[in-house]
Amino acid sequence: MAALPAYASTLDRIWHYGYRILCGLIFLFLIGPILVIIPLSFNAEPYFTFSREMLSLDPAGYSLRWYEEFFSSSTWLNAIKNSFLIGIASTVLATVLGTLAALGLSRPQMPFRGLIMSILISPMIVPLIISAAGMFFFYSSVNLSQTYLGVVLAHTALGIPFVVITVTATLSGFDQSLTRAAASLGASPSYSFFKVILPLVMPGVVSGALFAFITSFDEVVVVIFLSGVEQRTLPLQMWAGIREQISPTILAVATILVAMSILLLTVLELLRRRSERLRGISG
Amino acid sequence: MSQAQISVGTADSSGLAGAHSGMTTADGTPLKVSLRRAQRRLRLWALLLVLPLLLFILVSFIVPVFNMALRGVEDPLVHETMPNTAAALGDWDGEGLPAEPVFAALVEDLKAGYEDKSIGKVATRLNYEINGMRSVIMGSARQAKRLDHGPYKDALIDINSAWGEPATWRMLKRQSAPYTLTYLLAALDMGYDDAGNIVLQPESQRVYGPLFVRTLVMSATVTLFCILLGYPVAYLLANLPLRTSNLLMILVLLPFWTSLLVRTTTWIVLLQSQGVLNDLLVWMHIVDDQGRIQMIFNKTGTLIAMTHILLPFMILPLYSVMKTVPPSYVRAARSLGANPLVAFWRVYVPQTVSGIGAGSLLVFILSIGYFITPALVGGQSGQMISNMIAYHMQKSLNWGLAGALGVLLLVLVLVFYAIYNKLIGIDKIKMG
Repeated sequence: MAALPAYASTLDRIWHYGYRILCGLIFLFLIGPILVIIPLSFNAEPYFTFSREMLSLDPAGYSLRWYEEFFSSSTWLNAIKNSFLIGIASTVLATVLGTLAALGLSRPQMPFRGLIMSILISPMIVPLIISAAGMFFFYSSVNLSQTYLGVVLAHTALGIPFVVITVTATLSGFDQSLTRAAASLGASPSYSFFKVILPLVMPGVVSGALFAFITSFDEVVVVIFLSGVEQRTLPLQMWAGIREQISPTILAVATILVAMSILLLTVLELLRRRSERLRGISG
Repeated sequence: MSQAQISVGTADSSGLAGAHSGMTTADGTPLKVSLRRAQRRLRLWALLLVLPLLLFILVSFIVPVFNMALRGVEDPLVHETMPNTAAALGDWDGEGLPAEPVFAALVEDLKAGYEDKSIGKVATRLNYEINGMRSVIMGSARQAKRLDHGPYKDALIDINSAWGEPATWRMLKRQSAPYTLTYLLAALDMGYDDAGNIVLQPESQRVYGPLFVRTLVMSATVTLFCILLGYPVAYLLANLPLRTSNLLMILVLLPFWTSLLVRTTTWIVLLQSQGVLNDLLVWMHIVDDQGRIQMIFNKTGTLIAMTHILLPFMILPLYSVMKTVPPSYVRAARSLGANPLVAFWRVYVPQTVSGIGAGSLLVFILSIGYFITPALVGGQSGQMISNMIAYHMQKSLNWGLAGALGVLLLVLVLVFYAIYNKLIGIDKIKMG
């Protein structure tokens, strides 16, 4: 796959460049749509396409009006506040419960490992509409629908598989002799957990937590069924906006969300490097 | 604690202890017993760590899903609102008309139901089964209160001739059981005929069968697109120097981390008839302004958007498998005279089958249950089974049917989940 050798035939060359162009097009398909909406969110006109002024880079074609609209609308601001509130609460719950369970699951003595694992992962596999409908009936019957607690519990369940998967994956590469070394040096189990195990699996825990957060932050189906007017989240507001009458404010929100995912991606990448360095895989 | 430490990490410690059966620990207990005790304590600890989460998932997730599935087969309404009729019909053999006591029980239930206004729900429910039952029940209930002595049989048939039809009674008997197959049958485009046999609906009235087929076909198509687009990219990423491939990987991971709603919105913006792509086509004179192509709010739009959203789920497992394929086999094939295509197809691709399988199953499982994207960009022709469930949950309020459709969808997904678990192992899912 490296550079083309000097003896390459014409056919080789055509294939080599053709293949790269094909891959370039697929990358464009992946990333293009996301990049297109960023300039469009600065459109001065209420249209979803590039105006003549925008194409000629005339400053008059650009404006911040959709961002102004977003930041001056109490509905949108309330929605983003709710999203963070629910996201953080369910992430904390999912991370604590999920990490504990992952520690148990990766012990060699764990009984019924396969069965328990597939139960814990099931919220990721069951179609969201079924989870949402089921939670709607059940949470209504215990008076939890249309409450923050209900949405948080639902989102915790949906985020847990990600925590369990990432933390067990980190623990599978964990060298058990380190805890034995700690114990032989006189550390109590809880001391060695906080001083030896936790620092080493921390990257896994944090990336699991990020997955859980983004799952909650991006989730809309369960929110459609469970939330009342008070618990409207950002995705629900977007969903309603797209279905009713799509306004360019949505593009401004979308751009903010893309910026957020870039931030998350950076954090994850830094974590991955740290984790590799800690395990001595080379930096 | 020190005895317990001995056994850590030795999977088969009983064998070890058996070989030295005469050994005892410092306090005099045989080593075998002591080890077994330590093992039991470790198992208990492991279970205790998992228990809180397991209970949480059971209560907050598994129970609700079961509850939902149960709605697809339970139908207590008639049983509860018309207890006398339900009990009286229990002895009826389904031949001809039932005897006088059943009619008397019905009159009693109709009177009670009319009094506390619960009969309306029953009438609506039975109307799903036989069209026109609503007015039969409501009319009879209104007039039942002036029937204060028997025989009720002729009086009821007099009020509405439907009570003289055995088919009405067979339906009533079927519906008065607390559990029913009707929803599940309806979800399979089947139903009962007048004689009470299970039959397939006439072809023009079939809705759900074709919808299931469409859901499966669309999911398979999305999976195929993902393989076609994902394979070349994964191959490129796996064979470039690490520094370059890490950079290009961002182009895969950024969409993966971007909100589903954002990605669906972008496709609306790009593909709608006044959107960016159509503007570009008009500007390049490929189509004229009147001939803008309808690329979204139909099946095409759903397929494009879903492929875009699910593509990273194909690329990531493919990439991680391709990273482990040593280049020497393809080189060996080439040196033995295989042309590049043969070497690729017969030597390289077979080594990546596990990646194709993992990615395909994941994409397929996820797309069968897709709801948001088809709802937003699917129009009429791009709707999938999840959207129909949502329709019955929110609009038609036929929750039994929603439950039954949910059961079928769930079974479908769990079958593929089981295959995935068997072939790949659910804990091997790679993320990020």
